[in-house]
Amino acid sequence: MSADPASPSATTGTPAVFRLPRIRTEGLPLVPIAILLVLVVLAVFADVVAPYNPEVGSLAQRFKPPAWVAGGSTEYLLGTDHIGRDVLSRLIFGARVSMMVGFTAVVIAGVLGSTLGILSGYLGGWVDQVVMRVTDTWLALPALTFAIFLAAIVGPSEWNIVIILGAVYWTRYARVIRGEVLSLKERDFVRLAIVAGCSKWTIMRRHLLPNVANTAIVLATLMLGVVIVSEAALSFLGVGVPPPKPAWGLMLADGKKGLMAGYWWLTVFPGVCIVLMVLAANLLGDWLRVKLDPQLRQL
Amino acid sequence: MSDALLELDRLSAHYVTGRGTRVVKAVDEVSLTLRKGETLGVVGESGSGKTTLALAILRLLPTAAQIVSGAMRFDGEDLLAKSPAEMRRIRGKRIAMILQDPMASLNPLFTVGDQVGETLRVHENASRRSARERAGALLKSVKIPAAVQRLREYPHQMSGGMRQRIVGAIAISCEPQLLIADEPTTSLDVTIQAQYLKLLRDIQREHGLALIFITHNLGIVARMCDSVAVMYAGRVIEAGPVREIFNAPLHPYTRALIESIPRMGGGPERLTAIDGQPPDLAVLPPGCSFQARCPRVMDHCREEAPPVFDVAAQHSARCWLARP
Repeated sequence: MSADPASPSATTGTPAVFRLPRIRTEGLPLVPIAILLVLVVLAVFADVVAPYNPEVGSLAQRFKPPAWVAGGSTEYLLGTDHIGRDVLSRLIFGARVSMMVGFTAVVIAGVLGSTLGILSGYLGGWVDQVVMRVTDTWLALPALTFAIFLAAIVGPSEWNIVIILGAVYWTRYARVIRGEVLSLKERDFVRLAIVAGCSKWTIMRRHLLPNVANTAIVLATLMLGVVIVSEAALSFLGVGVPPPKPAWGLMLADGKKGLMAGYWWLTVFPGVCIVLMVLAANLLGDWLRVKLDPQLRQL
Repeated sequence: MSDALLELDRLSAHYVTGRGTRVVKAVDEVSLTLRKGETLGVVGESGSGKTTLALAILRLLPTAAQIVSGAMRFDGEDLLAKSPAEMRRIRGKRIAMILQDPMASLNPLFTVGDQVGETLRVHENASRRSARERAGALLKSVKIPAAVQRLREYPHQMSGGMRQRIVGAIAISCEPQLLIADEPTTSLDVTIQAQYLKLLRDIQREHGLALIFITHNLGIVARMCDSVAVMYAGRVIEAGPVREIFNAPLHPYTRALIESIPRMGGGPERLTAIDGQPPDLAVLPPGCSFQARCPRVMDHCREEAPPVFDVAAQHSARCWLARP
């Protein structure tokens, strides 16, 4: 794997030329960090980096292919869409929207779900009953339909989408974390904490939360993909990010129409962006999982 | 007695299951007295109520169980009258406990220093730094080499014996008056066991704390304890000073237990075993609970359960044979 150039296997058989310089990068997952860094920089400096206004196109320049394809020009590196908007600029601005929506929704779902999961698992009794019955009901509703329903009520906007996705997906955290807590609370270190006079609150915060953090993080990296795709689906249906704004999911959905006509660049590039971000988040999550477990850390 | 630290007076803790149809008398009318600095051994086979007794003292019984009658005084205070918050302040600070499996008692995600310091921070509001310093001193006192470096390490980096000593260090961190050790050596091999017992003994002498040592190993009791209480089917069937119990056991069960210890230098005769099984605690027979296995059972034993007979100043037995 090229993900970890500092690992011993990479340093033994590899010719020196291919080795990356060692600047205190041991163990850091360079690939996902690089991807996320590029995406973040692009998102933050979108106004400066993007060559065109992402929301305005000129109809004279419709369906221009990418620069390296016959008929393309270097003016529009990644081509233009059905109303002549620059795909590259839209991708750059879209990074801003998609990352904001993706990360925030995952964080909201994660915090809400983990908190309720820990409370429900540890306290048991009526708290458990209430939280789990709500979770059951929530999970019984198809996530997307539920999201569409909520979006239709509160109306489409970026922030509403964030809150809706958080509200729809927290149940997955609650379920998994509760299960984890149920097994953790029978472990002796929790008993020792009880015997040592820790309050329930202290036990949940100091002993349970750190032990479920791993699971929550791994779940978050998986959820990021789900959330971004959901955002795409909602946008496609017109209840997501409102149209002139560029979001990767929205671009993907818009581009579908042109796919049969051979305008592949409209779907491939946003698709690649989504894949890259989800992949980076997954790799980073995997690394964090190992990093947060003292038993695996030394290996 | 004025210097009594812990007094249990006919304490009963029952598990009520099946909506009250099954009552398991896990601890039944147990009376014990423990003086400051004294070591009490609680012996009995599995399921005789030893652990339930320990949990009852800390008022940490599982929800299915409850203390149904009796009294419990700790250092002159009525433990049964304490609120949950007051009990929390007592646990860990004044009564500490070492669990059955100390190997699993440490949180794998925190350094040893954090965990040893945790009790101090909970009970004495110690700052992070002072908790850390005192944790170092505590590790030294339980004879962990290179204590200060060890503070930064994680439980999985230590051997079983070391983890156990760390659990011991946590238990004594707030200088409790009473330490309850629930079979703390069952998961250790014999050499480590011996070291650990010696350490416990040293700690006890140094800090003058009282110790309740729960075990099924009479050899350990003989070495560690001042007095012993033998439990059978939820009751203390014989209690007294170690020397007296070992030299002149009154209850046939105690006698059988002592005879089933293998001895060095003994002849080639077979070890005696106690036939049969302990009774189901939910359906105790009328009369003495040991009658079915007792080699010296009399007709009277089947009719009436023996009360506690005081044999000597501190020696008592629940057996008709001990009737004066």
